[in-house]
Amino acid sequence: MSDPAAALPPAKTIAAWRILLRGAGVLVALFVFCFWAAKGYHRGWSQNQVRVDKYDEIAEIYYPTYEDRFVPGVDYLGGGIAFGVLLFAATFFGRRGPKSPTV
Amino acid sequence: MNQVIRSIAFAGFTIITAIAAPQTFDFKDPKGVNAIQFTLDSILEPIAGTAGDVSGKVTFDAENVAATTGKVSVATSSLKVPNNTMTEHLLSAGWVDAAAHPEISFAFTSLTDVKPTGNQRWSATANGEFSLKGVTKPVTVPVTLTYLPGQFGARINKPEAGGDLLVVRGAFEVERADYGIKPGQNEDKVAPAIQLTFALVGGAPKS
Repeated sequence: MSDPAAALPPAKTIAAWRILLRGAGVLVALFVFCFWAAKGYHRGWSQNQVRVDKYDEIAEIYYPTYEDRFVPGVDYLGGGIAFGVLLFAATFFGRRGPKSPTV
Repeated sequence: MNQVIRSIAFAGFTIITAIAAPQTFDFKDPKGVNAIQFTLDSILEPIAGTAGDVSGKVTFDAENVAATTGKVSVATSSLKVPNNTMTEHLLSAGWVDAAAHPEISFAFTSLTDVKPTGNQRWSATANGEFSLKGVTKPVTVPVTLTYLPGQFGARINKPEAGGDLLVVRGAFEVERADYGIKPGQNEDKVAPAIQLTFALVGGAPKS
């Protein structure tokens, strides 16, 4: 009967992957937060177009125009951070590597 | 001599009649400025958008503002909010159903409570019918009117063209359930009332 632990990569490789995934999770969450903050801390839904009001001087009315521009909202922030947390949390599940041979 | 006086009087009468005659203002603005704005309170933030494809005609006489009548429509497909997915939902059959009901309109038959508020400016109440999603109901809308004689040409960079402008501003509120928009549904997420505001300019080129 074959040893299932033998099919697993070495413990050092698994540990490296765990660290990599945790780092990626933290980086994703940080990047999403920074991007959201840099784009104006928009606390509503994400926008694909941004309304810009202009003024007609003769008619004396403000009128809406739209610029094609992405503004991340709390849905983007929440989704991004949740993905980062998932990546981080995933490293706590599963086998930690081949068991050390017992003496 | 009498003939001359009669001719002058006739010419004067003709000019006065021409000036005082009701004018028809076209609200299909060549500069694309006209838009209806709508807001529904909602969780997180109000759903605020615009509808830009406005058309319609209003007959206006500065000497008899109360006789103003007209109809202004907006293409349902031009409704837009800043989030594309929300816009798709808004235009779908569950909401305004743009495919089946391509037009939203307000037709008013009279103005009441007309009060001058300045030079060529009036406030009034427009009485008419508002149609949305195939349902038409009577509404009264507080409006202000601004008549800008001779400004049509200036606005299109052709001052020599002459013509007049009429600016109509107003705001009113409708219940979405009255127009078959998810009656009684999702009221905890999207408010039952829709606030509508508009500032529209119509042009009457010199004939």
